[in-house]
Amino acid sequence: MRGILSDRIGAALLMAPLLLFLILAYAWPFLGVVKWSFTLPTPGLGQYHALLTDDLVQSVFIRTLRIAAIVTVVSVTAAYAITVVWVRGSPVQRVLAEFCILVPFWISVLTRAFGWVALLSNRGLINTWLQSIGFISEPLTLVRNEFGVIVGMSHFLIPFAVFPLASAMRSLDERVLLAARGLGSSRMRTFWTVFVPMTRSGIIGSALIVFVFSLGFFVTPAILGGGRSVMIAELIYLRIFQSPDWGLGAAISVVLVVFVGALMALLFRYVKPKQLV
Amino acid sequence: MQQPGRAAEIKANGIGKSFGSFRALDDLTLDIGRGEFLTLLGPSGSGKTTFLMILAGFVQPSEGRLFSDGIDITDRPAEQRAAGMVFQGYALFPHMSVEQNIAFPLKVRKKTASEIKRRIGEMVERVGLKGHEKKLPAQLSGGQQQRVALARALVFEPGVLLLDEPFSALDKSLRGQMQAEMKRLHQETGTTFVFVTHDQSEALALSSRVAIFNHGKLLQVGRPDEVYDRPANRFVAEFLGEINMLPVKGVRPADHGATGLCEDRAVNMRCKAEAIKGDAILAIRPEDMSIAPEASANENGIAATAVASTYLGAATKLDLTTRQGAKVTVSVPNEVAAAALSKGNSVWLTWPAEKGFLLPDGGQ
Repeated sequence: MRGILSDRIGAALLMAPLLLFLILAYAWPFLGVVKWSFTLPTPGLGQYHALLTDDLVQSVFIRTLRIAAIVTVVSVTAAYAITVVWVRGSPVQRVLAEFCILVPFWISVLTRAFGWVALLSNRGLINTWLQSIGFISEPLTLVRNEFGVIVGMSHFLIPFAVFPLASAMRSLDERVLLAARGLGSSRMRTFWTVFVPMTRSGIIGSALIVFVFSLGFFVTPAILGGGRSVMIAELIYLRIFQSPDWGLGAAISVVLVVFVGALMALLFRYVKPKQLV
Repeated sequence: MQQPGRAAEIKANGIGKSFGSFRALDDLTLDIGRGEFLTLLGPSGSGKTTFLMILAGFVQPSEGRLFSDGIDITDRPAEQRAAGMVFQGYALFPHMSVEQNIAFPLKVRKKTASEIKRRIGEMVERVGLKGHEKKLPAQLSGGQQQRVALARALVFEPGVLLLDEPFSALDKSLRGQMQAEMKRLHQETGTTFVFVTHDQSEALALSSRVAIFNHGKLLQVGRPDEVYDRPANRFVAEFLGEINMLPVKGVRPADHGATGLCEDRAVNMRCKAEAIKGDAILAIRPEDMSIAPEASANENGIAATAVASTYLGAATKLDLTTRQGAKVTVSVPNEVAAAALSKGNSVWLTWPAEKGFLLPDGGQ
């Protein structure tokens, strides 16, 4: 008994600094933000009412949800392919896949966003190359629009989508796949009717993680969207730092945090935390 | 394996398999008859499961050819062989209901919806799963999951059914029940069954023939009574059940078999002594020996002292030591064992000549 008790105290002590930091740096300031949303510029529900009626705010919300949804589909699909190679490929393929998954973690999000600008802009690598081989005569608009934002965000999020998928694929019983083939099913059919359905929990976990991350993206859409594809985090920034409309900015933040919180609650109903790493 | 509804005849010709430097299977030649129930028996790592995986097409042999109904299928992938297979741990599709699991091989073969429905109905009835059609595998007991696996493997009428230790996860009473059920399914379908186990009593009870493996080699194939009563070597003799080994000297051919000296007494064997001459091992199963107060000169017998007994209910296992120090175990009626122990001194162990068989001295 004493062992368990002292273990618990030990664990609590180890977690305490992080917990304290989170309370001081996040929870406490957030309560302040909640307060602003109800008090600035005048007390009441005025800002929440504005949020429901303001066309700009609504179009940004809808764009954010749309981009997040597309990024989720793109990232999870790409991550699924990489993860299959990582978990089930030959030893050489595994090393290559692991390299592709880990390297992006070492490069800052800012560097990567500018990297994509260099690739995708009108006089960037892709357009210059396509023009030089005569495939196109006018440069394609690949950046400063939603396309650029989706490319940049997906690139950032694919590695995060890999881990829940890998965990689901690793726990899969190899014999079930052999059984399917032994019963006459081709590799393709086995993949779609057995392998994919059996990794469903990984797909759900991966999709929710990517979607939640996407909603709060700031740097990537700000650089690759070029002000033309504003997402919710950028809108909050503009409301706080450029047009001093702190009340509306606070209200949008509160709605975003509540929405993300609800999604997280949903996530943990489907998958256990240990399946995500 | 390609003609549904007809039992397959399989021929393995010089099959070998190496995993790196490990020799899993060595020069295996074996004919499996149409509609036969063949058991591959051996300890783990003996090569029996490797051979089953080669039959299924999941493992490619390093050398040798495999024929089904005279056609070379060595290079044919698993999905085109479509032998029915029941895995250890069943390997059911966890996201599919019982019905969907059984329908899987039929859907792959593009059967019509009405035919699939009819065949599922028949199969569910046959394996006793009526009322469980809509359940997921996780909602079933071990025995029920086993039945689903059997139904799924038999529903498309494969030429051969391969079973990899299917009963290892079941408790003893359920095992007996499923063994009886499998025997019935074998008779009803008439399909060739190839069954892998390391349980010798299961092998003897179920099979029409038993193939015994050790260290990647096929040691002997034969009817259960043949391999039990006339094992080809010491490993087979010991693996199939408890056995007493007594040294015999000066073995030579005699009328109706062979004769030799065991603990300085002449003993007679029915088996031929052509292959074995001089010194050899005389092997006798515990249940074939009896205890007697005396042994006449023309009877097989040696003197021994009872040292310990184990009560087994229906009989008693009695441990004895012979005059020259060999340890012998016999299975005798309870009162005989009690009498032998209470006497505390010498008794005679006797056995009929046809129950003792000769094995080469030393080695396998």
